[in-house]
Amino acid sequence: MSSITQPIGGHGDAAGGHEHHPSGIMRWITTTNHKDIGTMYLWFSFTMFLVGGVFALTIRSELFEPGMQILRPERFNQLITLHGLIMIFGALMPGAVGFANWMIPMQIGAPDMAFARMNNLSFWLLPPAAIMLLLGLFVPGGAPETGWTLYPPLSIQQGMGMDLTIFAIHIMGASSIMGSINIITTILNLRAPGMTMMKMPLFCWSWLITAYLLIAVMPVLAGAVTMLLTDRHFGTSFFDAAGGGDPVLFQHVFWFFGHPEVYIIILPAFGLISEVIPTFSRKPLFGYASMVYALCAIAILSFLVWAHHMFTVGLPAAGILFYMYATMLIAIPTGVKVFNWLATMWKGSITLEAPMLFALGFLFLFTTGGFTGLILAIQPVDVQFQDTYYVVAHFHYVMVAGTLFAFFAATYYWLPKWTGHMYNETLAKWHFWGSFIFFNVAFFPMHFLGLAGMPRRIPDYAQQFTNWNQVSTVGAFGFGLSQLILLYVVVMCIRGGKPAPAKPWEGATSLEWTLPSPAPYHSFPTPPVVQ
Amino acid sequence: MNERANRRLLVRLALVAAAMFGFGYALVPLYYTVCDALGLRDLGRPDTIVSTQVDATRTVRVQFDTNVRSMGWQFTALEHTAEVHPGAVVQAVFRVVNATGHAVTGQAIPSYAPRLAGGYFRKVECFCFQRQTLGPGETRLMPVVFVIDPALPRDVATITLSYTFFEVEGAGNGQTGA
Repeated sequence: MSSITQPIGGHGDAAGGHEHHPSGIMRWITTTNHKDIGTMYLWFSFTMFLVGGVFALTIRSELFEPGMQILRPERFNQLITLHGLIMIFGALMPGAVGFANWMIPMQIGAPDMAFARMNNLSFWLLPPAAIMLLLGLFVPGGAPETGWTLYPPLSIQQGMGMDLTIFAIHIMGASSIMGSINIITTILNLRAPGMTMMKMPLFCWSWLITAYLLIAVMPVLAGAVTMLLTDRHFGTSFFDAAGGGDPVLFQHVFWFFGHPEVYIIILPAFGLISEVIPTFSRKPLFGYASMVYALCAIAILSFLVWAHHMFTVGLPAAGILFYMYATMLIAIPTGVKVFNWLATMWKGSITLEAPMLFALGFLFLFTTGGFTGLILAIQPVDVQFQDTYYVVAHFHYVMVAGTLFAFFAATYYWLPKWTGHMYNETLAKWHFWGSFIFFNVAFFPMHFLGLAGMPRRIPDYAQQFTNWNQVSTVGAFGFGLSQLILLYVVVMCIRGGKPAPAKPWEGATSLEWTLPSPAPYHSFPTPPVVQ
Repeated sequence: MNERANRRLLVRLALVAAAMFGFGYALVPLYYTVCDALGLRDLGRPDTIVSTQVDATRTVRVQFDTNVRSMGWQFTALEHTAEVHPGAVVQAVFRVVNATGHAVTGQAIPSYAPRLAGGYFRKVECFCFQRQTLGPGETRLMPVVFVIDPALPRDVATITLSYTFFEVEGAGNGQTGA
């Protein structure tokens, strides 16, 4: 059986004779090939997903009963922080970059990314950053207990785990910025003749906008954590009230990054879903241009709404009203996208392979998460719900059932192209139903807990919350175990299976399906001409 | 491939990233400017008196609480409570002693309980409006002159005014470090 480490040459492909590369570990360390780097990004993302998942299951085990069972409160808070940071910076963001690396050059007819060596560097910065982040657990004082938002004054008082976290964020930020520069340059300068901007697959559009967002806000986060660092060690008082600083200032700087970050995580998922739904509906995407404009509108609005994360810090009434209405305004471009996906499926000849199942799961659950977001946008309501499990339910509906389900859909969608084999459809459907059902078992009860007033980030709780917490913990373990099916399906698909044709999905139209499966190591050495 | 065009775009985007790092820092003065313009952080400014109509029909008990945060000062109120008619002008005196052997600059920050009472607590004069620098071993008596707005809700019978002195480091008092 051929494996992914030794791709088969494309039949009659001009690139057939260019597949010389080092073998073994040096291939992966020195590679400048966008497919190799994409593969490494995706495996890194999946590894971090499992690490963050183990933390989540530890947290859920502690919350199975009131009282303290298996963790000390400090350790519980550290796991809460690391779960958030690892899932966001380790799993979701690198996962999206992995798809971008693999697919953008193939979708626009480019031979590789614009800066191939920088691409290698931006990946290899990630493992050391992840190690530094996790190292916090083993130093005196442990990892930060602040939650992923790192609010002062607590973050100023933490031990050296906080410094490790700050440097890890610096490194991951540098990696993201380099990756974004690469993606923008590739999309703007390396498109094949005839591939105009408005002919690009929507996944490329979504990543173009995301990359601009990343370049605009990752440096602001770097600035915020640098200010924390100098407050901690170099005598500045940006946030330290003792020296005339203001902790609320940190929240403004952090959320100026943090809110666009939310869209950095979801926009690539929008792009992936916009590839999958038309393919399995066998219809072109409804309202392509309006989808592009909606992406731009969401990106611009994302800079104007950050203070809705701070509705209880004492903003003036005019500010509250502005941020409240601006936040609700985002529902309009997001609604345009949801209705366009629905209209794409309308009267299509739909088949329900695993990618489409995950896309439909995304559509249903992401919209649910969007609605709870609208509820939280109403300031008088938010005063009641902030820092409760209602918020936890809300953002897991948009991040897990949103971005992660889109990643699953895209993984099954492109696995035949990546490996040259068809995956096991039956097991993939089991993966979907396991994920879909257990996700809701785990997270839907959190709405009830939040409405009843259970605060987040607290290791103990009042007895009346016990039942729904137990349901939620059972769901979380079911969801976690379901992901092992994904691992099995992917490994088996790499090792073998039914050979995949160049275009395994009859409704697929974009450029990557004109390449043989598996995609040759070097694709489009001479640019294709797009009609 | 157009290497030069790629490189030009790389430089431009890197410059945008560098500029946004600066923008993160620019948010700091921007924050204070906006807060000043909107009157959100006017701790160092006398309040305007809306009404001096003394409401003799009720008495509000004002408690004075004093704290210092990790600095060598002793800070107490001469009278710990005052019985005040809303609308009446009242003076309270605080004493601070610099027990260290060097000059120290401090800034007092007020806070109120219940929190909503802060909006009705109008300070005409306060030692908290500016930094206080005390020489080695110096003792100083410092007044606060205030009026409780008669519009204070009737169910508020007790207000706690709490001051905390923070050390202002590097304020030209010859002392550096914590």
